Amino acid sequence: MGGDGFNKQRRYFLIGATSVVGALGVVGAAVPFVKSWNPSAKARALGAPVTVDFSRLNPGELLGPIPAWRGQPVFILYRTPANLEQLPKLNSSRADPNSERDMQPAYAKNEWRSRRPEFGVYVGLCTHLGCSPKYFPLVTAEPWDANWEGGFFCPCHGSMFDLAGRVRRGLPAPDNLRVPPHSFVGDKVVVIGIDEENA
Amino acid sequence: MQESPSRFPAMWTTFMSWVDRRFPLTETFEYHMSKYYAPKNFNFWYYFGVLATVVLVLQLVTGIWLTMSYVPSGDGAFASVEYIMRDVEFGWLLRYLHTTGASAFFVVVYLHMFRGLLYGSYREPRELLWMIGMAIFVAMMAEGFFGYLLPWGNMSYWAAQVIVSLFGAIPVIGEDLMQWIRGDFLISEVTLNRFFALHVVALPLVLVMLVFVHIVALHHVGSNNPDGVEIKKHKDADGVPLDGIPFHPYYTIGHDLPGIVLFLIVFCAIVFYLPEMGGYFIEQPNFEEANPLKTPTHIAPVWYYTPFYAMLRAATYPLFGLDAKFWGFMVMAGAIVVPAVLPWIDRSPVKSMRYKGRASKFMLGIFIISFFILGYLGTIAPSPGATALAQVCTVLYFAYFVLMPWYTRVEKTKPEPDRVTMR
Repeated sequence: MGGDGFNKQRRYFLIGATSVVGALGVVGAAVPFVKSWNPSAKARALGAPVTVDFSRLNPGELLGPIPAWRGQPVFILYRTPANLEQLPKLNSSRADPNSERDMQPAYAKNEWRSRRPEFGVYVGLCTHLGCSPKYFPLVTAEPWDANWEGGFFCPCHGSMFDLAGRVRRGLPAPDNLRVPPHSFVGDKVVVIGIDEENA
Repeated sequence: MQESPSRFPAMWTTFMSWVDRRFPLTETFEYHMSKYYAPKNFNFWYYFGVLATVVLVLQLVTGIWLTMSYVPSGDGAFASVEYIMRDVEFGWLLRYLHTTGASAFFVVVYLHMFRGLLYGSYREPRELLWMIGMAIFVAMMAEGFFGYLLPWGNMSYWAAQVIVSLFGAIPVIGEDLMQWIRGDFLISEVTLNRFFALHVVALPLVLVMLVFVHIVALHHVGSNNPDGVEIKKHKDADGVPLDGIPFHPYYTIGHDLPGIVLFLIVFCAIVFYLPEMGGYFIEQPNFEEANPLKTPTHIAPVWYYTPFYAMLRAATYPLFGLDAKFWGFMVMAGAIVVPAVLPWIDRSPVKSMRYKGRASKFMLGIFIISFFILGYLGTIAPSPGATALAQVCTVLYFAYFVLMPWYTRVEKTKPEPDRVTMR
């Protein structure tokens, strides 16, 4: 007890205890405000799996971008044998040729980054800052690259992807195009958003 | 008022003393206006603080009026902006005042900040004043970004997509953070609604409060001046600085009012004759509704973000196991906030560029030139040459700050005058 009638230590303890309880209360009260920013039940429902029939797609053609997975643009690519042959030759210029980074389900971690070699399913958003890359399949001189090997080019910041969605090294995009979870329910019918075969 | 109380009718004096006993009205007016002594040597660069306040008021008023006709929904937003432009009486004027006002805000604030660099206005005892100003700058950038999504044009959409994706560059939490900001798996009406709330309610409140605090801090420490010497060092018998003149009426009526009129003439000429400024104030792709499947061929932010956007794009090397895009994000964020440390890295014995040495003048020149080049590079499509130039300019931009403790100390300065000079 201090001479002037108050106990310093008890006062500090009470101030400290009150502050701690108050801070906990503020954190607790912040939870609903923070959580309300998460995708709502409606937004999540709209992100449900989508079935796409691409039976009219011909080799070398691209279906997309279509709003197929969580509203995001999806590419469905029908690769020709020549396209598939070319892929391993590009390995040396790729940032992640063997799909080591987690941008695809396990079943798409292969040379062509898809369930079936000829059909590629990719989220059509550049892994840099999310622009939608454009499809330039021909091996020809393009304004951004005199030795263009065919693939996707992002107009925003100039990232380039091959026909398996693998990014070229030394460009702004760090990752290959994402492969969404998908499964085939027919020869040319794919469900985007579900992993299991025959789901 | 003290000298000639007879200037006012007795009723007025009675009324004012009634108020003053209940609210410090006269006292506040004197403290901030009629007995706030500002240095007598203000020049051209001292217009931009008051002009920023004028534009802030303009943005608040036109913004409130636009909110009355705008619909913040995915289906209705774009159409409601066209409705404002075509069907609401004078709606086109309200919108053009607001869009031109946004650009004008950044013009005057950039010039206001440049004045700070020129005359060392950030130096002791104005460190907090400067930092509050930096907070205003960051809040303004956020306010502009949120507002840019509201017209729901295709450039609005993809600009938001790109900027929100920046947060995806943060390791580990990036992806979830992006989803949390958007409230959806992509930029959608959900995002539009929250950006609307932030643009119309939250950030204007923050801005107004910060501006208030900025002025409180300014009037507490007193204004700097082109000579960078403290007028409070020399006071008369009544404690009034010898080189100070009352802010009101000398600066309000004699300096600021003509400045505001001139500014408004230029401003109105742009509003009426060049509201899109050739695509720099309102970008062409924004006349098309937002389309989540179609990126505009060339994405560029509005001009006031382009220097920072160019720096973002300039980072192309991964470092320490982190992606180039993470470093791009860090460079951009760093470039925006780095001026906040100026009060502590400027070691010069003098404040004003008038008395600093050649090195300081040279570095400031390089800094401004880099800023302009970066601003231009941010508006054009990326190419290897442009990226290389942006990298050089980014280094020069940061060199101004990083080398400052060294070059401000070693250079030869001129002696500061004891009192302010009139030139």
